[in-house]
Amino acid sequence: MIHTLTVRLALICSCLALVVSLGWPPPARAETPEEKGLRIAREARERGKGFGNFTASQTMVLRNKQGQESKRQVRIKVLEAPGDGDKSLFVFDEPRDVKGTAFLIHAHKDKADDQWLYLPALKRVKRISSSNRSGSFMGSEFSYEDMGSSEVERFTYKYLRDEPCGDSTCTVVERFPLAKRSAYRRQVVWQDKDELRVWRVEYYDRKNAHLKTLTLAKYEKHLDRYWQAGELTMVNHLTGKSTVLSATDYKYRTKLNERDFTRTGLKRAR
Amino acid sequence: MRRAVRPLILLAASLALGGVLAAGAALGIEIADHELSGRLALEGRWYYQDGAHAGQRSHAGGFVVEPNLYVEDAEGRSLTVAPFFRYDAGDRRRTHFDVREAYLLLLGEIGDGEWELRLGADRVFWGVAESRHLVDIVNQTDLVEHPNEESKLGQPMAHLTWSAEWGVLEFFALTYHRERTFPGRSGRLRPGLVVDDERVSYESAAGEWHVDMAARYSHSFGPVDLGVSVFDGTSREPCLACELPRLNERGELLLVPHYEQIRQFGVDAQLTVESWLLKLEAIHRAGAGNQIGVEQDYAALVVGGEYTFNGIFESDVDLGLLAEWNHDGRGSKATNVFDNDAFVGVRVALNDVQSTDFVVSMLADLEHSTRSLVVEFNRRLTDQWSLHLEGLFILAVDEADLTHYQTRRDSFVEVTATYNF
Repeated sequence: MIHTLTVRLALICSCLALVVSLGWPPPARAETPEEKGLRIAREARERGKGFGNFTASQTMVLRNKQGQESKRQVRIKVLEAPGDGDKSLFVFDEPRDVKGTAFLIHAHKDKADDQWLYLPALKRVKRISSSNRSGSFMGSEFSYEDMGSSEVERFTYKYLRDEPCGDSTCTVVERFPLAKRSAYRRQVVWQDKDELRVWRVEYYDRKNAHLKTLTLAKYEKHLDRYWQAGELTMVNHLTGKSTVLSATDYKYRTKLNERDFTRTGLKRAR
Repeated sequence: MRRAVRPLILLAASLALGGVLAAGAALGIEIADHELSGRLALEGRWYYQDGAHAGQRSHAGGFVVEPNLYVEDAEGRSLTVAPFFRYDAGDRRRTHFDVREAYLLLLGEIGDGEWELRLGADRVFWGVAESRHLVDIVNQTDLVEHPNEESKLGQPMAHLTWSAEWGVLEFFALTYHRERTFPGRSGRLRPGLVVDDERVSYESAAGEWHVDMAARYSHSFGPVDLGVSVFDGTSREPCLACELPRLNERGELLLVPHYEQIRQFGVDAQLTVESWLLKLEAIHRAGAGNQIGVEQDYAALVVGGEYTFNGIFESDVDLGLLAEWNHDGRGSKATNVFDNDAFVGVRVALNDVQSTDFVVSMLADLEHSTRSLVVEFNRRLTDQWSLHLEGLFILAVDEADLTHYQTRRDSFVEVTATYNF
């Protein structure tokens, strides 16, 4: 989920800032780039904890090389599951032929995610394979892997450098997906040091070619703590296609609970 | 409802929405959310061979109107109303109206879990298989819609769900029996004799008012999704050989559908591991008549799986392979075409902006030479219009395969353009 992705990455960054400002832990020995990368990821995760749940609306505008556009409208609901991956629910509103279709993900840290699809025309709940990580999400430039949760345990890390970005300084960390079926060999992530927000992710395919770039903008802070990007732009450098995802109407700590993220809840998802 | 009244239906739906909102407001119920959605579809179907039975036409075509009205209050209680109307120029019996859904949904907490109660007409799907839906029994099949038996009539019911950590337990009281729809004299995909739509016979003295009971337990055990179900009541599948055909006033012989009291136990399971989906559905049914109208208890099975190659040839294209085996313990006395049949299929999803996909599947009888092929194509044209092309090709029919033989000349091609709103 993009949200969790951004939350997590944002959290990664903010944790780092906290740690740095407190001057702790004292460096007993020089940290390796791998340790530093992992530490940043863990810190971000810590910062992301405690959000409870949130809902938001996402609009995707898909644009091909010729500039033709197509729109997707999805509502998302996310429930924090302490100790495991988050639970997420996508409800599709547009295009209208998939209206009412809902997609439930139980993300896991140590095993494959569980995924169910609800098809309203047949009122059928289908358990689907989660191995299709590299597939396109609704024809967009975001893959399921990009949309899915970026659990810390799913990557190994390597801190590369600090560099200026916008008005602040960013850490640049390389991360390597552990999943065999990942479409990527590596990703490079830019996060600002002050608030640990992710501003840019470069995706490199299995052959190490620069496949896609994600740019994040319009950050807003929720509950005085959780940063969410309002606009995510994914550009595919091989095809020239792009997708702009706008996220609005963030609502935190709603009435959502565990029961809305079951197969029974999936059937009444709106 | 025999006439094309699409604007009227939309008007009625809008008025109903207005009425519900007004009523809700009057009763002091806070309407938190409401929505009117649905589809309009234009369909043409051509049977390119002359019919095997007298009076059959070579085309079917018309339109479908299916609005869906949803109203939710601040507590999450909701009302859903989804009427359905089809007009068909080829077969007057295919022109029909139904209330697919009209139910009130109430819910609340119970212990660590929740309860949910749905009151009214609704559709309920059970099962995992693709070639047929064996355990699925709550709703009657709207057979005139499509021979694949996937369209269902709305079923009046009280449906109580109790779900918690240990799984989902559901109880159904099904308060009225819906008769299966069958093609008329000019329709295709029917037996030699037309099925009567006026006279129907029930084993139960209560007739269509017999209250059927059903229950289902389902849960996900790691990679396994399991369902166990029981149904006790009036069969959804009529016995067409149990009653003598009758002569109507025009001197036509008609098959009289007879609905028996049955008890069915069902199990459905799916194992999802990486790109594999392994599926099983099995039933045991007691109390139903077989092909020759004799009561015969039986077990039936569909077992198979699906494997998907994602992103073939470094593209976004997914290629899925499907295979299932259907078995019916009654063998040649089975009342359907799935006595001992293999189903194989290929699904290609381009995963493009238009969500283009193709499905080619074949059902082959393993004892007879009967084979049929289904080819489907789906593509979204705009954000609101989508296109569906389908061909059902009956490639070979063995004369000894009675259920298939009746429809041996009913291959068709179909075009459907749907406007979704």
